[in-house]
Amino acid sequence: MMEKLTALTSVAAPLLRANIDTDIVIPISRMVGNSTRGSLGQWCFSPLRYQPDGSENPEFILNRAPYRSAQILITGVNFGCGSSREAAVWALKEMGVRCLIGSSFGDIFFNNCFQNGVLPVVLDRATVESLAREVEASQGAGRISVDLNELTVTAPSGTRHRFAVEPKRRQALLEGLDEIAVTLQRAAEITAFQTEDRRRRPWVYSR
Amino acid sequence: MQPRTQLAKIWDTHVVADLGDNAYLLHVDRHLLHDLGGSRGLLDLKQRGLAVHSPQLTFATPDHAISSAPGRIGTSAVGIDLLRALREETRAVGIRLFDIDEPGQGIVHVMGPELGLSLPGCLIVCGDSHTCTHGGLGALAFGVGSSELAHVLATQTIVQRRPQAMRVSFEGTMPVGVTAKDLILRLIGEIGAAGGTGYAVEYAGSAVRALDVEGRLTICNLSIELGAKMGFVAPDDTTFNYLAGRPFAPKAAIWEQAVADWRTLPSDPDARFDRELTIDVASIAPQVTWGTSPEHVMAVDQSIPDPTTIADPSRRGGIEAALDYMGLQPNQPIIGTKVDWVFIGSCTNSRLSDLRAAAAVARGRKVAEGVRAWVVPGSEQVKRDAVAEGLDRIFLAAGFEWREPGCSMCLAANGETVPRGQRSISTSNRNFVGRQGPGARTHLASPAMAAAAAIAGAITDVRRMENA
Ligand code: SF4
Repeated sequence: MMEKLTALTSVAAPLLRANIDTDIVIPISRMVGNSTRGSLGQWCFSPLRYQPDGSENPEFILNRAPYRSAQILITGVNFGCGSSREAAVWALKEMGVRCLIGSSFGDIFFNNCFQNGVLPVVLDRATVESLAREVEASQGAGRISVDLNELTVTAPSGTRHRFAVEPKRRQALLEGLDEIAVTLQRAAEITAFQTEDRRRRPWVYSR
Repeated sequence: MQPRTQLAKIWDTHVVADLGDNAYLLHVDRHLLHDLGGSRGLLDLKQRGLAVHSPQLTFATPDHAISSAPGRIGTSAVGIDLLRALREETRAVGIRLFDIDEPGQGIVHVMGPELGLSLPGCLIVCGDSHTCTHGGLGALAFGVGSSELAHVLATQTIVQRRPQAMRVSFEGTMPVGVTAKDLILRLIGEIGAAGGTGYAVEYAGSAVRALDVEGRLTICNLSIELGAKMGFVAPDDTTFNYLAGRPFAPKAAIWEQAVADWRTLPSDPDARFDRELTIDVASIAPQVTWGTSPEHVMAVDQSIPDPTTIADPSRRGGIEAALDYMGLQPNQPIIGTKVDWVFIGSCTNSRLSDLRAAAAVARGRKVAEGVRAWVVPGSEQVKRDAVAEGLDRIFLAAGFEWREPGCSMCLAANGETVPRGQRSISTSNRNFVGRQGPGARTHLASPAMAAAAAIAGAITDVRRMENA
């Protein structure tokens, strides 16, 4: 069952580098195996977060107070591109991140977020950058609020930005819906589709 | 009837239910499982007390987590565990597994087309972003995450938002030394790694029509590096000739019926696309990436870009960080950059035609001193075919290592990694930070370019080698 999300007020960490891929979010060496879930948070962003000797990279924003406790990331273009690994979302969530605000996201990553109660908010690039500037000017002290009922992001200055989320996805996040259970209510439609389709496109089924 | 795109035609055929707001419940014709996530998905279902809906439409093979070392020695304990779980869980529910040493085993995006499992007009999913590869046969194919994978196992359907339609026409004749890989890298360089986000991309034009199926699979493979979850080519006689007689392709009367249907799939002549662009292939040179995103790509005979000429601060910062990671200087030629590793393999470029292209360069030459060069065939069948025509002996004589089929150094599991700070030229699809191992520096290129670099010990222009 998916964890619900309605509203959130938090420190927000700007991570504006373009094209941060899911290999950076969680490298293969840390995710491979059927039992790594639950231990991924410590390895989230590990190529940026740790130095070759394993010590923390003090330059990396999520290693600095107060950003360390950020539940919101302000992201650069095409965040989450690349591999379909859902472990990228699990790692972010295990690190405490519940919302990303960016101008564009990798398509598969974007889907995966909604499957896990993590909200990717799309705003235009100028707004994203202005949020990052405000946060930086306050040295991270300024909080950002995200409200999924109201569909607003409130900047530290109090400026409110409206965003859009597809209604069904919004409802799923608000209620913590389970997509499989919802689809299984259509089991008869699926059977009917396959019966008809088998006649129409026998090559899909016959071997 | 309104003219429709191939995307619309395939999409409409698969709609089980219109869920509103541009979301649809679509039927999945082929679900491919691999060792990295396949058993997890099956175990998830079992835990929830759910049955696999259509095991006969689901196929599995190990590729990611097994070592490509001879005899598969070197597969990690985790990899062995994943393989065992994949065997057990597929057997328990009656899913066909193509196991190690058996024809059919291979990188999931190599074996699907090769077996004729992937067919035109099919909707194909797999828990892997390079599922777009299968679009080379005219399928609508895309990668899914673990949650969606479980949904497909349980329902044989997937909830999807209909993407916009983009058509990219590659027009003209490909110059000597230029391959399908160069065409798609050039496109990514032109419109960026997010240029295809939200789109399904149809690759068209005279150059694509002239390509064989393997080249089309290579182009579609890199759709995700363009940001597009799916990319495809219109099926034609080249496609049908490729598929005819493959083990899982339809036979006899059903084959005839299928081909008749597939001929109706191409976009109607006046179908409308949300975005269209044309690329003149005559002007394309062999490509090589210099940075840490596939959009960081250049013609091999150009100079490494200079970030100080970029106005946009976020792009400039990205280029600076990439050059720093790659250990490269702006304004220098990329030709002559020393390489330590060469990897010929991956779902982008590990098919027979790729190995032939690399072997043509390697034949009678030697891998440079200090360079380790690997050839990893994409599947057991590719391996056997290559051995049958002696490609393995050409590579071995030249000093390449000839390995077992799988993802290998594309993914860098099982310690099949490029050591920190070392440089590789790779025929794979991702030059991301740490993709081939922590601190590894990856340059993407075609098989011929990679083989040429192995011989020269440095990035080189394959067009010069061919004249040598
Ligand atoms: S070869 Fe590389 S890109 Fe292709 S499926 Fe394997 S790991 Fe993924």
